[in-house]
Amino acid sequence: MNRLLPFIGFMLLVALFGFGIWWNTRHDPNAIPTPLLNKPAPAFNLPKLYEPAQTVSKADLLGQPYLLNVFASWCIECGVEHPVLEAAAPTLGVKLVGYNYKDAPADAKGWLAAHGNPYALLIADESGQTALDFGVYGAPESFLIDAKGVIRYKHIGPITPDVLATKLKPAIAAMLKEAP
Amino acid sequence: MIRFNHRGSPLAGDALAMKNITTGASPASGLLRVIFMAMLVFAGAVHAQAIEPMPFANHAQELRFQHLTQQLRCPMCQNETLADSNAPIARDLRNQIFKLMQQGRSDDEIRQYLVARYSDYILYNPPLKAGTVLLWFGPLLILLGGGGVVLVALRKRRRDGVEATTVGESADNGEDW
Repeated sequence: MNRLLPFIGFMLLVALFGFGIWWNTRHDPNAIPTPLLNKPAPAFNLPKLYEPAQTVSKADLLGQPYLLNVFASWCIECGVEHPVLEAAAPTLGVKLVGYNYKDAPADAKGWLAAHGNPYALLIADESGQTALDFGVYGAPESFLIDAKGVIRYKHIGPITPDVLATKLKPAIAAMLKEAP
Repeated sequence: MIRFNHRGSPLAGDALAMKNITTGASPASGLLRVIFMAMLVFAGAVHAQAIEPMPFANHAQELRFQHLTQQLRCPMCQNETLADSNAPIARDLRNQIFKLMQQGRSDDEIRQYLVARYSDYILYNPPLKAGTVLLWFGPLLILLGGGGVVLVALRKRRRDGVEATTVGESADNGEDW
């Protein structure tokens, strides 16, 4: 037994190390859990990307759930996520709202012209000031907001087909089931 | 460092550089020194760039701002403080903190403002609560556990030692431990 002790200690360390690897492959260590989950989304009042004279507020969007997708033309991973969103938008079950983050409007429009526009509504936060209230710290990020304006789910990073199938769609289904 | 030397074939260059480093001969070590100095200067420039001048009301406020941003973590580049980071979000948050300071908010209020949006993650000094108990006292537990193991081992060793002396010097028990 005494001779086995160092070996047992070693195996414990191996187990700890293995757990660390396993944990980090299943979780994004860089993703910050949002404290806003299941809390009312912050109030906002932002211009539409294509009609800057018109603004859209949180109150305007109450009544039906939507997926708020933070994107920018300078964001490389947004290009990865974009085809997935385009394919999924018609069957998503919720309105897809584009949140153009810290982008020159002309760049954003050019990017959408080149990549396609899956958004039912596009709002622009050129300064990024409102995004601070949402706890946005990069793009892409996506917020699932229910009809009452409560944030139900947040995804940081691109929505891959895997994320769509295993996380986003179940979150939407759970939300729609609860409040039809 | 060695790879900065491009003379002859890569192998010959490497060998030459190695020789120069080991013997401390002048040409290559001079070059290395220049590169090293350049890196130092460049690093300083990058650091200075991260903190753009802000119109502080007074020097005390500037010091307060620096002190506060050094305790906060950049959400994007997580090994950097808000004070040091060059990431766009760090710049935005610095500007926001500056704005809040001008509005007369206290350090605690500013911290709360950030935690409400970016969670405790933004704090380099995590608060003591249910979720962070292990973080705070884990090292102490490990220390106590390790101390216990050492204590047991020492006691056992002493006992074995006593047995060995009573039995006599016949057995070489060097391998037992």
